[in-house]
Amino acid sequence: MALTIGIDIGKALVVIIFLQAAFGYLTLIERKLLGRFQLRPGPNRAGPFGVLQPLADGVKLLFKEEIIPAGVDRFVFIIAPMLSLLGALMAFAVIPFGAPVTMFGRVVPLQVAGPGLSLLYVFAVASLGVYGIVLGGWASQNKYGLLGGLRASAQIISYELAMGMSVIGVLIAAGSANLNQIVGAQAKEWFVFPQIVGFIVYFICAIAETNRAPFDLPEAEQELVAGYHTEYTGMKFAMFFMAEYINMITVSALATTLFLGGWHGPAFLPSYLWFLIKVAVFLFVFVWLRATLPRIRYDRLMAFGWKVLLPVALLNAIGTAAWVALVHP
Amino acid sequence: MANLIAILAAALCLVMGVVVISARNPMHGVIALVANFLGLGVLFLLLHGEFVALIEVIVYAGAVMVLFLFVVTLLMAGTEPPKEGAGKNLPGQLLWAIVVIGALTALIGFVLAVRTVLTQPPPSTQAFGSITDFGRSLLTTYMLPFELTALVLLAAVIGVVFLARERS
Amino acid sequence: MTLPTVDFLLVSAVLFAIGALGVVIRKNPLVMFMAIELMWNAVNLTLVAFARQFLAIAGHIFVFVVVVVAAAEVAIGLIVIVLVFRNRSEADVDSLNTMKG
Repeated sequence: MALTIGIDIGKALVVIIFLQAAFGYLTLIERKLLGRFQLRPGPNRAGPFGVLQPLADGVKLLFKEEIIPAGVDRFVFIIAPMLSLLGALMAFAVIPFGAPVTMFGRVVPLQVAGPGLSLLYVFAVASLGVYGIVLGGWASQNKYGLLGGLRASAQIISYELAMGMSVIGVLIAAGSANLNQIVGAQAKEWFVFPQIVGFIVYFICAIAETNRAPFDLPEAEQELVAGYHTEYTGMKFAMFFMAEYINMITVSALATTLFLGGWHGPAFLPSYLWFLIKVAVFLFVFVWLRATLPRIRYDRLMAFGWKVLLPVALLNAIGTAAWVALVHP
Repeated sequence: MANLIAILAAALCLVMGVVVISARNPMHGVIALVANFLGLGVLFLLLHGEFVALIEVIVYAGAVMVLFLFVVTLLMAGTEPPKEGAGKNLPGQLLWAIVVIGALTALIGFVLAVRTVLTQPPPSTQAFGSITDFGRSLLTTYMLPFELTALVLLAAVIGVVFLARERS
Repeated sequence: MTLPTVDFLLVSAVLFAIGALGVVIRKNPLVMFMAIELMWNAVNLTLVAFARQFLAIAGHIFVFVVVVVAAAEVAIGLIVIVLVFRNRSEADVDSLNTMKG
Protein backbone atom coordinates (compact mmCIF):
# COMPACT_ATOMS: atom_id res chain seq x y z
CA MET A 1 0.00 0.00 0.00
CA ALA A 2 2.60 2.53 1.15
CA LEU A 3 4.94 1.40 -1.62
CA THR A 4 2.19 1.83 -4.24
CA ILE A 5 1.43 5.35 -3.05
CA GLY A 6 5.15 6.11 -2.94
CA ILE A 7 5.64 4.91 -6.50
CA ASP A 8 2.63 6.96 -7.66
CA ILE A 9 3.90 10.13 -6.01
CA GLY A 10 7.35 9.45 -7.41
CA LYS A 11 5.99 9.08 -10.93
CA ALA A 12 3.94 12.28 -10.62
CA LEU A 13 7.02 14.19 -9.41
CA VAL A 14 9.20 12.79 -12.19
CA VAL A 15 6.64 13.77 -14.83
CA ILE A 16 6.18 17.29 -13.45
CA ILE A 17 9.92 17.93 -13.13
CA PHE A 18 10.55 16.47 -16.56
CA LEU A 19 7.85 18.68 -18.08
CA GLN A 20 9.34 21.78 -16.45
CA ALA A 21 12.79 20.93 -17.78
CA ALA A 22 11.36 20.09 -21.19
CA PHE A 23 9.60 23.45 -21.20
CA GLY A 24 12.85 25.30 -20.52
CA TYR A 25 14.77 23.51 -23.22
CA LEU A 26 11.88 23.66 -25.67
CA THR A 27 12.02 27.46 -25.52
CA LEU A 28 15.77 27.33 -26.18
CA ILE A 29 15.42 24.85 -29.05
CA GLU A 30 12.61 26.91 -30.53
CA ARG A 31 14.70 30.09 -30.46
CA LYS A 32 17.71 28.26 -31.88
CA LEU A 33 15.66 26.73 -34.68
CA LEU A 34 13.89 30.01 -35.46
CA GLY A 35 17.32 31.60 -35.60
CA ARG A 36 18.60 29.03 -38.05
CA PHE A 37 15.41 29.36 -40.17
CA GLN A 38 16.11 33.10 -40.36
CA LEU A 39 19.87 32.69 -41.01
CA ARG A 40 21.04 33.98 -37.61
CA PRO A 41 22.69 32.04 -34.78
CA GLY A 42 19.99 32.37 -32.11
CA PRO A 43 20.84 32.69 -28.40
CA ASN A 44 24.51 31.71 -27.93
CA ARG A 45 25.84 33.90 -25.08
CA ALA A 46 24.85 31.97 -21.91
CA GLY A 47 27.12 28.93 -21.76
CA PRO A 48 28.38 26.93 -24.77
CA PHE A 49 25.85 27.15 -27.63
CA GLY A 50 23.53 29.00 -25.24
CA VAL A 51 22.62 25.89 -23.24
CA LEU A 52 22.30 27.92 -20.03
CA GLN A 53 19.85 30.37 -21.60
CA PRO A 54 16.68 28.77 -20.04
CA LEU A 55 18.35 29.02 -16.62
CA ALA A 56 19.17 32.69 -17.18
CA ASP A 57 15.59 33.36 -18.34
CA GLY A 58 14.15 31.56 -15.34
CA VAL A 59 16.28 33.50 -12.86
CA LYS A 60 15.40 36.76 -14.61
CA LEU A 61 11.65 36.03 -14.46
CA LEU A 62 11.86 34.99 -10.79
CA PHE A 63 13.46 38.28 -9.77
CA LYS A 64 11.29 40.55 -11.91
CA GLU A 65 8.92 42.84 -10.08
CA GLU A 66 5.38 41.45 -9.94
CA ILE A 67 3.07 44.21 -11.09
CA ILE A 68 -0.64 44.01 -10.38
CA PRO A 69 -2.33 46.82 -12.31
CA ALA A 70 -4.61 49.21 -10.42
CA GLY A 71 -8.32 48.41 -10.50
CA VAL A 72 -8.05 44.75 -11.44
CA ASP A 73 -9.92 41.93 -9.79
CA ARG A 74 -6.96 40.69 -7.73
CA PHE A 75 -8.31 37.22 -6.98
CA VAL A 76 -9.11 36.38 -10.59
CA PHE A 77 -5.92 38.06 -11.80
CA ILE A 78 -3.79 35.84 -9.57
CA ILE A 79 -5.56 32.50 -10.07
CA ALA A 80 -5.80 32.79 -13.88
CA PRO A 81 -2.17 31.80 -14.65
CA MET A 82 -2.32 29.08 -12.01
CA LEU A 83 -5.42 27.55 -13.63
CA SER A 84 -3.72 27.68 -16.99
CA LEU A 85 -0.64 25.81 -15.75
CA LEU A 86 -2.71 23.36 -13.69
CA GLY A 87 -4.73 22.31 -16.74
CA ALA A 88 -1.56 21.83 -18.78
CA LEU A 89 0.14 19.67 -16.14
CA MET A 90 -2.91 17.56 -15.27
CA ALA A 91 -3.56 16.41 -18.82
CA PHE A 92 -0.22 14.61 -19.01
CA ALA A 93 -1.07 12.35 -16.05
CA VAL A 94 -2.75 9.60 -18.07
CA ILE A 95 -0.40 9.44 -21.07
CA PRO A 96 1.60 6.19 -21.15
CA PHE A 97 5.17 7.24 -21.99
CA GLY A 98 6.80 3.80 -22.02
CA ALA A 99 6.33 0.06 -21.76
CA PRO A 100 5.70 -1.15 -18.18
CA VAL A 101 8.97 -1.69 -16.29
CA THR A 102 9.80 -3.92 -13.34
CA MET A 103 10.79 -1.95 -10.26
CA PHE A 104 11.12 -3.12 -6.63
CA GLY A 105 9.91 -6.55 -7.75
CA ARG A 106 6.65 -5.35 -9.23
CA VAL A 107 5.44 -4.25 -12.65
CA VAL A 108 5.08 -0.48 -12.81
CA PRO A 109 3.26 1.07 -15.79
CA LEU A 110 5.05 4.16 -17.06
CA GLN A 111 2.16 6.57 -16.63
CA VAL A 112 0.95 8.43 -13.57
CA ALA A 113 -2.59 7.02 -13.63
CA GLY A 114 -4.59 4.85 -16.01
CA PRO A 115 -8.34 5.26 -15.52
CA GLY A 116 -10.69 3.40 -17.84
CA LEU A 117 -11.75 6.41 -19.90
CA SER A 118 -8.35 8.09 -19.99
CA LEU A 119 -8.86 9.65 -23.43
CA LEU A 120 -12.02 11.43 -22.26
CA TYR A 121 -10.10 12.54 -19.16
CA VAL A 122 -7.52 14.27 -21.37
CA PHE A 123 -10.30 16.11 -23.19
CA ALA A 124 -12.02 17.04 -19.92
CA VAL A 125 -8.85 18.55 -18.48
CA ALA A 126 -7.90 20.21 -21.77
CA SER A 127 -11.32 21.84 -21.94
CA LEU A 128 -10.63 23.46 -18.56
CA GLY A 129 -7.37 25.02 -19.75
CA VAL A 130 -9.21 27.81 -21.56
CA TYR A 131 -10.39 29.29 -18.25
CA GLY A 132 -6.93 30.56 -17.38
CA ILE A 133 -6.67 32.45 -20.66
CA VAL A 134 -10.17 33.98 -20.61
CA LEU A 135 -10.06 34.89 -16.92
CA GLY A 136 -6.57 36.37 -17.32
CA GLY A 137 -7.73 38.47 -20.25
CA TRP A 138 -10.82 39.63 -18.42
CA ALA A 139 -9.13 40.34 -15.08
CA SER A 140 -6.46 42.56 -16.68
CA GLN A 141 -9.04 45.31 -17.33
CA ASN A 142 -7.23 46.01 -20.57
CA LYS A 143 -8.81 46.06 -24.00
CA TYR A 144 -6.04 44.00 -25.59
CA GLY A 145 -6.29 41.41 -22.86
CA LEU A 146 -10.06 41.30 -23.16
CA LEU A 147 -9.96 40.87 -26.95
CA GLY A 148 -7.33 38.14 -26.62
CA GLY A 149 -9.43 36.33 -24.03
CA LEU A 150 -12.59 36.53 -26.13
CA ARG A 151 -10.76 35.30 -29.22
CA ALA A 152 -9.25 32.45 -27.25
CA SER A 153 -12.57 31.26 -25.87
CA ALA A 154 -14.27 31.26 -29.28
CA GLN A 155 -11.29 29.63 -31.00
CA ILE A 156 -10.70 26.92 -28.41
CA ILE A 157 -14.38 25.94 -28.15
CA SER A 158 -14.68 25.71 -31.94
CA TYR A 159 -11.56 23.65 -32.48
CA GLU A 160 -12.21 21.40 -29.49
CA LEU A 161 -15.27 20.07 -31.31
CA ALA A 162 -13.35 19.13 -34.44
CA MET A 163 -10.54 17.70 -32.29
CA GLY A 164 -12.96 15.49 -30.39
CA MET A 165 -14.54 14.31 -33.63
CA SER A 166 -11.16 13.56 -35.24
CA VAL A 167 -10.19 11.00 -32.59
CA ILE A 168 -13.49 9.11 -32.81
CA GLY A 169 -12.01 7.14 -35.71
CA VAL A 170 -9.18 5.98 -33.44
CA LEU A 171 -11.69 5.09 -30.71
CA ILE A 172 -13.66 2.93 -33.13
CA ALA A 173 -10.57 1.28 -34.60
CA ALA A 174 -9.11 0.46 -31.17
CA GLY A 175 -12.48 -0.36 -29.59
CA SER A 176 -11.53 1.40 -26.38
CA ALA A 177 -11.27 4.83 -24.77
CA ASN A 178 -8.33 3.72 -22.68
CA LEU A 179 -4.97 5.07 -23.85
CA ASN A 180 -3.13 1.89 -22.81
CA GLN A 181 -5.43 -0.24 -24.93
CA ILE A 182 -5.18 2.23 -27.81
CA VAL A 183 -1.39 1.90 -27.67
CA GLY A 184 -1.73 -1.88 -27.41
CA ALA A 185 -3.94 -1.97 -30.50
CA GLN A 186 -1.13 -0.32 -32.49
CA ALA A 187 1.51 -2.98 -31.87
CA LYS A 188 1.30 -4.13 -35.50
CA GLU A 189 0.07 -1.12 -37.43
CA TRP A 190 0.08 2.52 -36.40
CA PHE A 191 -3.29 4.26 -36.70
CA VAL A 192 -1.74 7.09 -38.70
CA PHE A 193 -2.09 5.03 -41.88
CA PRO A 194 -5.80 4.00 -41.76
CA GLN A 195 -6.70 7.20 -39.91
CA ILE A 196 -4.69 9.67 -42.00
CA VAL A 197 -7.66 12.06 -42.32
CA GLY A 198 -8.29 12.00 -38.58
CA PHE A 199 -4.59 12.54 -37.97
CA ILE A 200 -4.41 15.63 -40.17
CA VAL A 201 -7.55 17.14 -38.63
CA TYR A 202 -6.24 16.35 -35.14
CA PHE A 203 -2.89 18.00 -35.75
CA ILE A 204 -4.41 21.19 -37.22
CA CYS A 205 -6.79 21.40 -34.26
CA ALA A 206 -3.91 20.77 -31.86
CA ILE A 207 -2.09 23.81 -33.25
CA ALA A 208 -5.22 25.93 -32.81
CA GLU A 209 -5.87 24.57 -29.30
CA THR A 210 -2.40 25.53 -28.14
CA ASN A 211 -2.67 28.99 -29.73
CA ARG A 212 0.43 28.48 -31.86
CA ALA A 213 1.24 30.12 -35.17
CA PRO A 214 -0.46 30.27 -37.67
CA PHE A 215 -3.46 30.21 -35.29
CA ASP A 216 -2.00 32.43 -32.55
CA LEU A 217 -4.81 35.00 -32.80
CA PRO A 218 -5.29 35.33 -29.00
CA GLU A 219 -1.79 36.77 -28.64
CA ALA A 220 -1.29 38.31 -32.08
CA GLU A 221 1.56 40.75 -31.39
CA GLN A 222 0.88 43.11 -34.26
CA GLU A 223 -2.74 43.81 -33.32
CA LEU A 224 -3.16 42.88 -29.65
CA VAL A 225 0.28 43.72 -28.11
CA ALA A 226 0.42 40.36 -26.29
CA GLY A 227 -3.25 39.45 -26.04
CA TYR A 228 -4.42 37.91 -22.81
CA HIS A 229 -1.08 38.22 -20.99
CA THR A 230 -0.41 41.88 -21.86
CA GLU A 231 -0.62 42.96 -18.21
CA TYR A 232 1.21 40.00 -16.70
CA THR A 233 4.79 40.19 -15.43
CA GLY A 234 7.33 38.02 -13.68
CA MET A 235 6.37 34.52 -12.61
CA LYS A 236 2.69 34.98 -13.48
CA PHE A 237 3.67 35.66 -17.07
CA ALA A 238 6.06 32.72 -16.92
CA MET A 239 3.19 30.46 -15.85
CA PHE A 240 1.15 31.38 -18.94
CA PHE A 241 4.26 30.82 -21.03
CA MET A 242 4.89 27.46 -19.38
CA ALA A 243 1.26 26.41 -19.88
CA GLU A 244 1.51 27.11 -23.61
CA TYR A 245 4.67 25.04 -24.07
CA ILE A 246 3.55 22.19 -21.80
CA ASN A 247 0.27 22.10 -23.72
CA MET A 248 2.32 21.76 -26.90
CA ILE A 249 4.16 18.80 -25.37
CA THR A 250 0.88 17.25 -24.20
CA VAL A 251 -0.91 17.47 -27.55
CA SER A 252 2.20 16.07 -29.23
CA ALA A 253 2.31 13.21 -26.73
CA LEU A 254 -1.38 12.54 -27.30
CA ALA A 255 -0.87 12.57 -31.07
CA THR A 256 1.97 10.08 -30.61
CA THR A 257 -0.22 7.88 -28.41
CA LEU A 258 -3.26 7.97 -30.66
CA PHE A 259 -1.72 7.87 -34.12
CA LEU A 260 1.98 6.96 -34.01
CA GLY A 261 1.82 3.82 -31.92
CA GLY A 262 2.74 5.42 -28.59
CA TRP A 263 5.91 3.89 -27.19
CA HIS A 264 6.04 1.04 -29.73
CA GLY A 265 9.15 0.87 -31.87
CA PRO A 266 11.99 -1.46 -32.91
CA ALA A 267 13.61 -3.08 -29.87
CA PHE A 268 17.11 -1.57 -30.21
CA LEU A 269 16.00 1.52 -28.26
CA PRO A 270 14.03 1.51 -24.97
CA SER A 271 10.33 2.29 -25.32
CA TYR A 272 10.43 5.68 -23.57
CA LEU A 273 13.14 6.85 -25.98
CA TRP A 274 10.91 5.97 -28.94
CA PHE A 275 8.14 7.97 -27.30
CA LEU A 276 10.48 10.90 -26.77
CA ILE A 277 11.70 10.82 -30.37
CA LYS A 278 8.16 10.82 -31.77
CA VAL A 279 7.11 13.71 -29.51
CA ALA A 280 10.24 15.62 -30.53
CA VAL A 281 9.32 15.25 -34.20
CA PHE A 282 5.93 16.82 -33.51
CA LEU A 283 7.51 19.66 -31.54
CA PHE A 284 9.90 20.33 -34.41
CA VAL A 285 6.92 20.57 -36.78
CA PHE A 286 5.30 23.09 -34.39
CA VAL A 287 8.40 25.31 -34.59
CA TRP A 288 8.75 24.76 -38.32
CA LEU A 289 5.16 25.90 -38.92
CA ARG A 290 5.73 28.98 -36.77
CA ALA A 291 8.77 29.93 -38.82
CA THR A 292 7.02 29.32 -42.12
CA LEU A 293 3.35 30.31 -42.10
CA PRO A 294 1.84 33.78 -41.65
CA ARG A 295 -1.03 34.21 -39.21
CA ILE A 296 -4.46 33.74 -40.78
CA ARG A 297 -7.35 36.16 -40.43
CA TYR A 298 -9.83 35.66 -37.60
CA ASP A 299 -12.99 35.09 -39.68
CA ARG A 300 -11.09 32.62 -41.88
CA LEU A 301 -9.92 30.78 -38.77
CA MET A 302 -13.48 30.31 -37.55
CA ALA A 303 -14.82 29.43 -41.01
CA PHE A 304 -12.01 26.88 -41.48
CA GLY A 305 -12.81 25.22 -38.15
CA TRP A 306 -16.55 25.02 -38.63
CA LYS A 307 -16.93 24.58 -42.37
CA VAL A 308 -13.92 22.43 -43.23
CA LEU A 309 -12.43 20.61 -40.24
CA LEU A 310 -15.65 19.65 -38.46
CA PRO A 311 -17.40 18.14 -41.54
CA VAL A 312 -14.22 16.32 -42.57
CA ALA A 313 -13.79 14.90 -39.06
CA LEU A 314 -17.45 13.82 -39.00
CA LEU A 315 -17.12 12.10 -42.39
CA ASN A 316 -13.99 10.36 -41.15
CA ALA A 317 -15.85 9.09 -38.07
CA ILE A 318 -18.78 7.85 -40.15
CA GLY A 319 -16.46 6.25 -42.72
CA THR A 320 -14.48 4.44 -40.01
CA ALA A 321 -17.68 3.22 -38.38
CA ALA A 322 -18.96 1.92 -41.73
CA TRP A 323 -15.63 0.24 -42.45
CA VAL A 324 -15.58 -1.49 -39.06
CA ALA A 325 -19.23 -2.54 -39.37
CA LEU A 326 -19.15 -3.78 -42.99
CA VAL A 327 -15.61 -4.81 -43.97
CA HIS A 328 -13.76 -5.54 -40.76
CA PRO A 329 -14.89 -8.73 -38.99
CA MET B 1 -10.85 7.16 2.04
CA ALA B 2 -13.61 7.27 -0.59
CA ASN B 3 -16.06 8.57 2.02
CA LEU B 4 -13.69 11.35 3.03
CA ILE B 5 -13.32 12.40 -0.61
CA ALA B 6 -17.12 12.31 -1.03
CA ILE B 7 -17.64 14.52 2.01
CA LEU B 8 -15.00 17.01 0.84
CA ALA B 9 -16.49 17.11 -2.68
CA ALA B 10 -20.01 17.59 -1.30
CA ALA B 11 -18.79 20.41 0.95
CA LEU B 12 -17.08 22.04 -2.05
CA CYS B 13 -20.33 21.77 -4.04
CA LEU B 14 -22.43 23.37 -1.32
CA VAL B 15 -19.99 26.19 -0.51
CA MET B 16 -19.55 27.00 -4.18
CA GLY B 17 -23.32 26.91 -4.68
CA VAL B 18 -23.71 29.55 -1.99
CA VAL B 19 -20.96 31.62 -3.63
CA VAL B 20 -22.77 31.39 -7.01
CA ILE B 21 -25.92 32.99 -5.72
CA SER B 22 -24.26 35.45 -3.34
CA ALA B 23 -21.36 36.77 -5.43
CA ARG B 24 -21.92 40.39 -6.47
CA ASN B 25 -19.73 40.00 -9.52
CA PRO B 26 -21.14 37.43 -11.98
CA MET B 27 -17.57 36.51 -12.96
CA HIS B 28 -16.96 35.13 -9.47
CA GLY B 29 -20.26 33.28 -9.82
CA VAL B 30 -19.03 31.61 -13.01
CA ILE B 31 -15.78 30.48 -11.35
CA ALA B 32 -17.70 29.14 -8.34
CA LEU B 33 -20.12 27.28 -10.60
CA VAL B 34 -17.23 25.62 -12.45
CA ALA B 35 -15.78 24.50 -9.10
CA ASN B 36 -19.25 23.24 -8.15
CA PHE B 37 -19.40 21.14 -11.33
CA LEU B 38 -15.96 19.69 -10.66
CA GLY B 39 -17.13 18.69 -7.18
CA LEU B 40 -20.25 17.11 -8.66
CA GLY B 41 -18.05 15.26 -11.15
CA VAL B 42 -16.13 13.74 -8.23
CA LEU B 43 -19.40 12.71 -6.57
CA PHE B 44 -20.59 11.08 -9.83
CA LEU B 45 -17.30 9.17 -10.06
CA LEU B 46 -17.78 7.87 -6.53
CA LEU B 47 -21.33 6.81 -7.48
CA HIS B 48 -19.95 4.62 -10.30
CA GLY B 49 -20.97 7.07 -12.99
CA GLU B 50 -17.64 7.29 -14.79
CA PHE B 51 -19.04 8.39 -18.11
CA VAL B 52 -21.61 10.85 -16.72
CA ALA B 53 -18.88 12.38 -14.54
CA LEU B 54 -16.73 13.05 -17.60
CA ILE B 55 -19.75 14.35 -19.54
CA GLU B 56 -20.47 16.68 -16.65
CA VAL B 57 -16.94 18.08 -16.78
CA ILE B 58 -16.54 18.17 -20.57
CA VAL B 59 -19.97 19.56 -21.46
CA TYR B 60 -20.84 21.63 -18.41
CA ALA B 61 -17.51 22.86 -17.08
CA GLY B 62 -15.75 22.79 -20.44
CA ALA B 63 -18.34 24.13 -22.87
CA VAL B 64 -21.49 25.53 -21.23
CA MET B 65 -19.60 27.55 -18.64
CA VAL B 66 -17.19 28.88 -21.26
CA LEU B 67 -20.28 30.24 -23.03
CA PHE B 68 -21.31 31.89 -19.75
CA LEU B 69 -17.82 33.27 -19.37
CA PHE B 70 -17.95 34.62 -22.91
CA VAL B 71 -21.24 36.41 -22.29
CA VAL B 72 -20.20 37.77 -18.88
CA THR B 73 -16.97 39.07 -20.41
CA LEU B 74 -18.89 40.63 -23.27
CA LEU B 75 -21.58 42.30 -21.15
CA MET B 76 -19.53 43.33 -18.14
CA ALA B 77 -16.35 44.42 -19.92
CA GLY B 78 -14.54 47.06 -17.89
CA THR B 79 -17.51 48.01 -15.76
CA GLU B 80 -18.14 47.76 -12.08
CA PRO B 81 -20.51 44.91 -11.24
CA PRO B 82 -24.04 46.19 -11.83
CA LYS B 83 -25.96 47.52 -8.89
CA GLU B 84 -29.02 45.40 -8.28
CA GLY B 85 -31.99 47.44 -7.16
CA ALA B 86 -32.18 46.28 -3.58
CA GLY B 87 -34.75 48.81 -2.38
CA LYS B 88 -37.57 48.53 -4.87
CA ASN B 89 -39.81 45.49 -4.93
CA LEU B 90 -38.32 44.20 -1.69
CA PRO B 91 -41.47 43.01 0.18
CA GLY B 92 -42.60 40.76 -2.68
CA GLN B 93 -39.11 39.37 -3.06
CA LEU B 94 -38.86 38.65 0.64
CA LEU B 95 -42.22 36.88 0.58
CA TRP B 96 -41.11 34.70 -2.30
CA ALA B 97 -37.85 33.91 -0.59
CA ILE B 98 -39.70 32.84 2.56
CA VAL B 99 -42.10 30.68 0.55
CA VAL B 100 -39.28 28.98 -1.34
CA ILE B 101 -37.15 28.45 1.74
CA GLY B 102 -40.17 27.01 3.57
CA ALA B 103 -41.01 24.61 0.77
CA LEU B 104 -37.44 23.44 0.41
CA THR B 105 -36.93 23.02 4.13
CA ALA B 106 -40.00 20.80 4.07
CA LEU B 107 -38.41 18.85 1.21
CA ILE B 108 -35.12 18.39 3.05
CA GLY B 109 -37.08 17.43 6.15
CA PHE B 110 -38.96 14.84 4.14
CA VAL B 111 -35.71 13.37 2.83
CA LEU B 112 -34.46 13.14 6.41
CA ALA B 113 -37.74 11.58 7.54
CA VAL B 114 -37.60 8.77 4.98
CA ARG B 115 -33.91 8.33 5.73
CA THR B 116 -34.42 4.87 7.22
CA VAL B 117 -35.88 3.58 3.97
CA LEU B 118 -32.80 4.39 1.95
CA THR B 119 -30.01 3.80 4.40
CA GLN B 120 -29.50 0.15 3.62
CA PRO B 121 -26.16 -0.08 1.85
CA PRO B 122 -26.32 -0.01 -1.94
CA PRO B 123 -25.99 -3.40 -3.66
CA SER B 124 -22.62 -4.58 -4.89
CA THR B 125 -21.81 -2.23 -7.71
CA GLN B 126 -18.48 -3.37 -9.07
CA ALA B 127 -19.59 -3.98 -12.66
CA PHE B 128 -22.22 -1.26 -12.76
CA GLY B 129 -22.02 1.94 -14.78
CA SER B 130 -19.33 1.04 -17.30
CA ILE B 131 -19.25 2.92 -20.58
CA THR B 132 -20.09 -0.35 -22.37
CA ASP B 133 -23.35 -0.73 -20.40
CA PHE B 134 -24.16 2.89 -20.96
CA GLY B 135 -23.50 2.84 -24.68
CA ARG B 136 -25.36 -0.41 -25.25
CA SER B 137 -28.54 0.72 -23.51
CA LEU B 138 -28.30 4.20 -25.03
CA LEU B 139 -28.29 2.75 -28.55
CA THR B 140 -30.84 -0.04 -27.98
CA THR B 141 -33.39 0.47 -25.21
CA TYR B 142 -33.16 4.25 -25.15
CA MET B 143 -32.67 4.85 -28.87
CA LEU B 144 -35.67 7.17 -29.19
CA PRO B 145 -34.67 9.61 -26.41
CA PHE B 146 -31.16 9.64 -27.88
CA GLU B 147 -32.50 10.58 -31.32
CA LEU B 148 -34.74 13.21 -29.75
CA THR B 149 -31.78 14.90 -28.05
CA ALA B 150 -30.32 15.34 -31.53
CA LEU B 151 -33.55 17.05 -32.55
CA VAL B 152 -33.35 19.34 -29.51
CA LEU B 153 -29.81 20.32 -30.42
CA LEU B 154 -30.81 20.99 -34.03
CA ALA B 155 -33.68 23.20 -32.87
CA ALA B 156 -31.31 25.09 -30.56
CA VAL B 157 -28.76 25.64 -33.33
CA ILE B 158 -31.42 26.96 -35.72
CA GLY B 159 -32.88 29.16 -32.99
CA VAL B 160 -29.52 30.69 -32.07
CA VAL B 161 -28.56 31.33 -35.68
CA PHE B 162 -31.95 32.94 -36.27
CA LEU B 163 -31.73 35.15 -33.18
CA ALA B 164 -28.14 36.18 -33.81
CA ARG B 165 -28.53 37.05 -37.48
CA GLU B 166 -27.59 40.51 -38.75
CA ARG B 167 -30.58 42.79 -38.87
CA SER B 168 -30.49 45.26 -41.75
CA MET C 1 -18.43 1.03 3.81
CA THR C 2 -19.80 3.32 1.12
CA LEU C 3 -22.02 6.25 1.94
CA PRO C 4 -25.75 5.44 1.75
CA THR C 5 -27.84 6.95 -1.02
CA VAL C 6 -29.71 9.24 1.34
CA ASP C 7 -26.62 11.32 2.06
CA PHE C 8 -26.24 12.13 -1.60
CA LEU C 9 -29.95 12.97 -1.78
CA LEU C 10 -29.48 15.38 1.09
CA VAL C 11 -26.63 17.17 -0.67
CA SER C 12 -28.79 17.30 -3.79
CA ALA C 13 -31.77 18.75 -1.92
CA VAL C 14 -29.66 21.48 -0.32
CA LEU C 15 -28.06 22.32 -3.69
CA PHE C 16 -31.50 22.54 -5.27
CA ALA C 17 -32.65 24.82 -2.45
CA ILE C 18 -29.64 27.09 -2.96
CA GLY C 19 -30.43 27.26 -6.69
CA ALA C 20 -34.11 28.02 -6.15
CA LEU C 21 -33.22 30.70 -3.64
CA GLY C 22 -30.80 32.22 -6.14
CA VAL C 23 -33.50 32.50 -8.79
CA VAL C 24 -35.82 34.23 -6.34
CA ILE C 25 -33.52 36.71 -4.63
CA ARG C 26 -31.23 37.80 -7.48
CA LYS C 27 -32.14 40.17 -10.29
CA ASN C 28 -29.15 39.80 -12.56
CA PRO C 29 -30.31 37.52 -15.37
CA LEU C 30 -26.89 35.86 -15.69
CA VAL C 31 -26.81 34.96 -12.00
CA MET C 32 -30.41 33.72 -12.16
CA PHE C 33 -29.46 31.57 -15.11
CA MET C 34 -26.51 30.12 -13.20
CA ALA C 35 -28.81 29.33 -10.28
CA ILE C 36 -31.02 27.41 -12.70
CA GLU C 37 -27.97 25.40 -13.80
CA LEU C 38 -27.33 24.66 -10.13
CA MET C 39 -30.83 23.19 -9.87
CA TRP C 40 -30.38 21.06 -13.01
CA ASN C 41 -27.23 19.60 -11.52
CA ALA C 42 -28.77 18.95 -8.14
CA VAL C 43 -31.31 16.81 -9.98
CA ASN C 44 -28.51 15.08 -11.89
CA LEU C 45 -26.91 14.11 -8.59
CA THR C 46 -30.21 12.57 -7.46
CA LEU C 47 -30.46 10.58 -10.68
CA VAL C 48 -26.92 9.21 -10.42
CA ALA C 49 -27.43 8.34 -6.74
CA PHE C 50 -30.65 6.44 -7.47
CA ALA C 51 -29.01 4.72 -10.45
CA ARG C 52 -26.47 3.22 -8.08
CA GLN C 53 -29.09 2.30 -5.48
CA PHE C 54 -31.27 0.41 -7.96
CA LEU C 55 -28.52 -0.60 -10.44
CA ALA C 56 -30.50 1.14 -13.19
CA ILE C 57 -28.44 2.50 -16.07
CA ALA C 58 -31.52 4.52 -17.07
CA GLY C 59 -30.49 7.07 -14.45
CA HIS C 60 -27.27 7.73 -16.36
CA ILE C 61 -29.19 7.97 -19.64
CA PHE C 62 -31.42 10.55 -17.98
CA VAL C 63 -28.38 12.59 -16.91
CA PHE C 64 -27.11 12.46 -20.48
CA VAL C 65 -30.42 13.82 -21.78
CA VAL C 66 -30.49 16.52 -19.10
CA VAL C 67 -26.98 17.65 -20.01
CA VAL C 68 -27.88 17.86 -23.71
CA VAL C 69 -31.08 19.78 -23.03
CA ALA C 70 -29.29 22.10 -20.62
CA ALA C 71 -26.62 22.84 -23.22
CA ALA C 72 -29.30 23.75 -25.78
CA GLU C 73 -31.16 25.80 -23.20
CA VAL C 74 -28.03 27.75 -22.24
CA ALA C 75 -27.23 28.56 -25.86
CA ILE C 76 -30.72 29.95 -26.46
CA GLY C 77 -30.98 31.70 -23.09
CA LEU C 78 -27.62 33.42 -23.38
CA ILE C 79 -28.32 34.78 -26.85
CA VAL C 80 -31.61 36.22 -25.55
CA ILE C 81 -29.78 37.85 -22.62
CA VAL C 82 -27.14 39.26 -24.96
CA LEU C 83 -29.78 40.66 -27.33
CA VAL C 84 -31.79 42.21 -24.47
CA PHE C 85 -28.84 43.76 -22.68
CA ARG C 86 -26.71 44.74 -25.66
CA ASN C 87 -27.86 48.36 -25.45
CA ARG C 88 -28.59 48.63 -21.73
CA SER C 89 -26.12 49.55 -19.04
CA GLU C 90 -27.94 47.83 -16.21
CA ALA C 91 -28.57 44.12 -15.94
CA ASP C 92 -31.74 43.83 -13.90
CA VAL C 93 -34.72 41.72 -14.91
CA ASP C 94 -37.12 44.00 -13.03
CA SER C 95 -36.38 46.81 -15.47
CA LEU C 96 -37.72 44.70 -18.35
CA ASN C 97 -41.28 45.94 -18.05
CA THR C 98 -41.94 47.39 -21.48
CA MET C 99 -44.71 44.85 -22.09
CA LYS C 100 -46.51 45.76 -18.88
CA GLY C 101 -50.06 46.84 -19.61
